Amino acid sequence: MAENESALLMMGCPEVPVQMSIVLYLSNKLAKSGHDVTVAGTDAALKLLKISDPEEHYVTRTIDIDRCIADIVEKKIDFDHCFAFMHSDAGVTYAATVSAISHAKMHAVIFGKNAEELADTVDFPSEKIVAKAVHNPMPLKNKIDRVVS
Amino acid sequence: MSCVEQMKYKLYLERTSFREAREYIEKTSDEVYYVDPGYKIFKDYYIIGVPPIAMGVKGKELVFTYVKPCHGTFVMAIESEEEIERLRAREMEKVKATLTKGGRSQAAAAAPASFQDMWKR
Repeated sequence: MAENESALLMMGCPEVPVQMSIVLYLSNKLAKSGHDVTVAGTDAALKLLKISDPEEHYVTRTIDIDRCIADIVEKKIDFDHCFAFMHSDAGVTYAATVSAISHAKMHAVIFGKNAEELADTVDFPSEKIVAKAVHNPMPLKNKIDRVVS
Repeated sequence: MSCVEQMKYKLYLERTSFREAREYIEKTSDEVYYVDPGYKIFKDYYIIGVPPIAMGVKGKELVFTYVKPCHGTFVMAIESEEEIERLRAREMEKVKATLTKGGRSQAAAAAPASFQDMWKR
């Protein structure tokens, strides 16, 4: 990833614990290397994020996930990269949608108990980052570190 | 919350996978049309989905997939002659474009059969 590129971190349902810590970690990592980061999520996911980072040290810009989709379709916003977090069929469906409507390079961040099986269902063009991680974020963090230096 | 949740709707399937929802629409609708992700219906709902996204017509109902990140995919139906007519008109335009330009390749371009087809555009 080149410096100054924009990145969308698109969260799925926040029920799997590793998601929030990896989103904060990746946002910080990308921002420190000069990227313009936006995090999209459901109302609940964004509340979790704002409670975790009240002074916006790690995430400065957020957007509702459906508003984000609408704005991309309406060509009001777009991104150079999209890290789509997914641990369910719905997450894959949202990521496939962004892949179709956006010019962003897609990175499919796939985690949870059934990460490998879910990864097999991802057939849109993307770089897959897959780790069977639920409570322990380290396997996913290590995979992220290999992709985002 | 999208406007569709505030309208009078019917749910045919709840909390299923997108593939199952698509197959249900294809099997049970009187008419089936395919749209791209982001196709806008009603006031502010942009269709979320893995191409090809099926939308059905059943009587006066528009039948479509509605995806929520924490709850999966729903098959939802809302009576709307206006949306149905818009969908039919869109299909007619696609067919007209195919007839005008001619050729099998044009027909394929008018209606992507898979995500890979769409990606190649």
